[in-house]
Amino acid sequence: MTALVKLTGVGKDYGSVIALRDVSLEVAAGQVVCVLGDNGAGKSTLIKIVAGLHRHDSGVYEVQGEPVSFASPRDALNLGIATVYQDLAVVPLMPVWRNFFLGSEKRRGFGRLDVDFMRRTTRDELLAMGIDLRDVDQPIGTLSGGERQCVAIARAVHFGAKVLVLDEPTAALGVKQAGVVLRYIVQARERGLGVVFITHNPHHAYPVGDRFLILNRGRPIGYHDKDEITREDLTALMAGGAELEQLAHELEATGSTATARALDEEVRTLGLADDSEGSAGSED
Amino acid sequence: MTQAPAEGVADERLARRDPLRRLLVRPEFGALIGAVALFVLFSATADAFLQTSSFSNVLYAASTFGIMAVGVSLLMIGGEFDLSAGVMVISSALVASLVSFQLTLNVWAGVAVSLVVTLALGVLNGLLYVWTRLPSFIVTLATFLMLAGANLGVTKAVTGNVASDSIADMDGFRSAKDVFASDIGIGGVNVKITVFWWIGFTAVATWILLRTRAGNWIFAVGGNAASARAVGVPVARTKIALFTGVAFCAWFSGMHVLFAFPAIQSGEGIGNEFFYIICAVIGGCLLTGGYGSAIGAAIGAFIYGMVNQGIVYAGWNPDWFRFFLGAALLAATVVNHLVRRRAER
Repeated sequence: MTALVKLTGVGKDYGSVIALRDVSLEVAAGQVVCVLGDNGAGKSTLIKIVAGLHRHDSGVYEVQGEPVSFASPRDALNLGIATVYQDLAVVPLMPVWRNFFLGSEKRRGFGRLDVDFMRRTTRDELLAMGIDLRDVDQPIGTLSGGERQCVAIARAVHFGAKVLVLDEPTAALGVKQAGVVLRYIVQARERGLGVVFITHNPHHAYPVGDRFLILNRGRPIGYHDKDEITREDLTALMAGGAELEQLAHELEATGSTATARALDEEVRTLGLADDSEGSAGSED
Repeated sequence: MTQAPAEGVADERLARRDPLRRLLVRPEFGALIGAVALFVLFSATADAFLQTSSFSNVLYAASTFGIMAVGVSLLMIGGEFDLSAGVMVISSALVASLVSFQLTLNVWAGVAVSLVVTLALGVLNGLLYVWTRLPSFIVTLATFLMLAGANLGVTKAVTGNVASDSIADMDGFRSAKDVFASDIGIGGVNVKITVFWWIGFTAVATWILLRTRAGNWIFAVGGNAASARAVGVPVARTKIALFTGVAFCAWFSGMHVLFAFPAIQSGEGIGNEFFYIICAVIGGCLLTGGYGSAIGAAIGAFIYGMVNQGIVYAGWNPDWFRFFLGAALLAATVVNHLVRRRAER
């Protein structure tokens, strides 16, 4: 089966800054690929390339076997690649239903909006996700973070996305709401969508992912199928275990033995750590 | 036993929003209160204010600014300013006048040329904004100064005078005056045709904002341009269209000025852009964009007209007009802010 989205050796520079180098990635239908990395690892750049906000400078980006270079997110959307951004993609002061259909408005003749249809559809789609909004006319800014995230995901699915790109959908959510979003990712996979799930939380990634790409400072440092890697390995890779270890050695060499030992300890516990920061964000 | 209210599957934490509250959060609500208050104030203090002929003067003053406020409010909802709008009205009138007079054409030809030129100015404002990525405040401040200079320079070079020549005796003047600057008698009172155009423009703009895709895009590019772009809204095209909309209103106002007065003073129009913005802001448009209404802008213009004429009828010193307008602006924005804050809780 040809991959829905395939990146081969893709790179991107911003002026003299190399934001991304030599990244390869493949997403097939019914597959969840998790992209993990700390802040500044290049996750956002990768997403922007896949979503069509930026063009890649090197490598090949293929959609269903065809090489592409998108001029705008509209091009990506037309090929069924829908991106749900962490902070973007809703206009807080606009009503929920207008946000839901923004950019893909349903119209009757003479450019008139089919308001009733859009209100009803928004309500129904959100109800299907377990969010009951009595008033889809309220500004979307008044919803909670998890609800907004779900509106954005429901919206992408409604508009026939083949590939769903999710940028840190669980980052700002409480435990329960993150669970709702994760369940929805699994649901999307079962409906035959390809999902690219960007996160810095291995505990969110591991249960839902089929494949894991770990980025560090713009480069891939691991690309594994689920059966090749354990949750602990993933956590250690993510936490930059190797880097911390090196730092420990350097400190030892300069004589800060106590600090070095503490760091060493840290590295060992991280490999087994049950939880990392970020997984227990507070509910808004 | 009291009967339990019929409940659906609604989230029990979601309070029902009562109709009054819905009214309160409408952008034009604060302006409406202000308009009623001013109306009562002037009715009580100025006997002449309630006469139908004076009221038609109020409406006329409101309409000349209200027509521009329609375009300006849409642009502001789209998150931008146009400081060149005031002088653009005069540019538009001058172009029509000079073209008709110098080439001895039917004035309708001048009107058509003026439409093309003015729309081009609007597109230019939009393109400059998109290309330079500078704030529209700066871009249109530049075009404002350039237009103000060009109005004077070109008029002097062509006519040898600071005013345009009168075109009142030329072909097509009568019919053009009928369209842009005539009086319509209603029950013995003469109402300027601009009042009807103003109401028409406001209605069309309201329909565009609330019931068309373009309206959705206007709110979106003003509310959050990055989000709008990410979901496929053509942000640059929408903004250019909004600048062009202001230009269209400027053309229409320019034509009114041209056919209402014998000659166009090339130095006029400067400063009016702020009155258009004031009308829009009093009417509930947020300076930051993404929020407002065309009806609000119309109410803002009505307030402007009432203050403008009411001071005269009340026998107050008209020198204080701007003082009152400033006070109204301050009061309206504070009220808008408070009302919305409270209603959104």
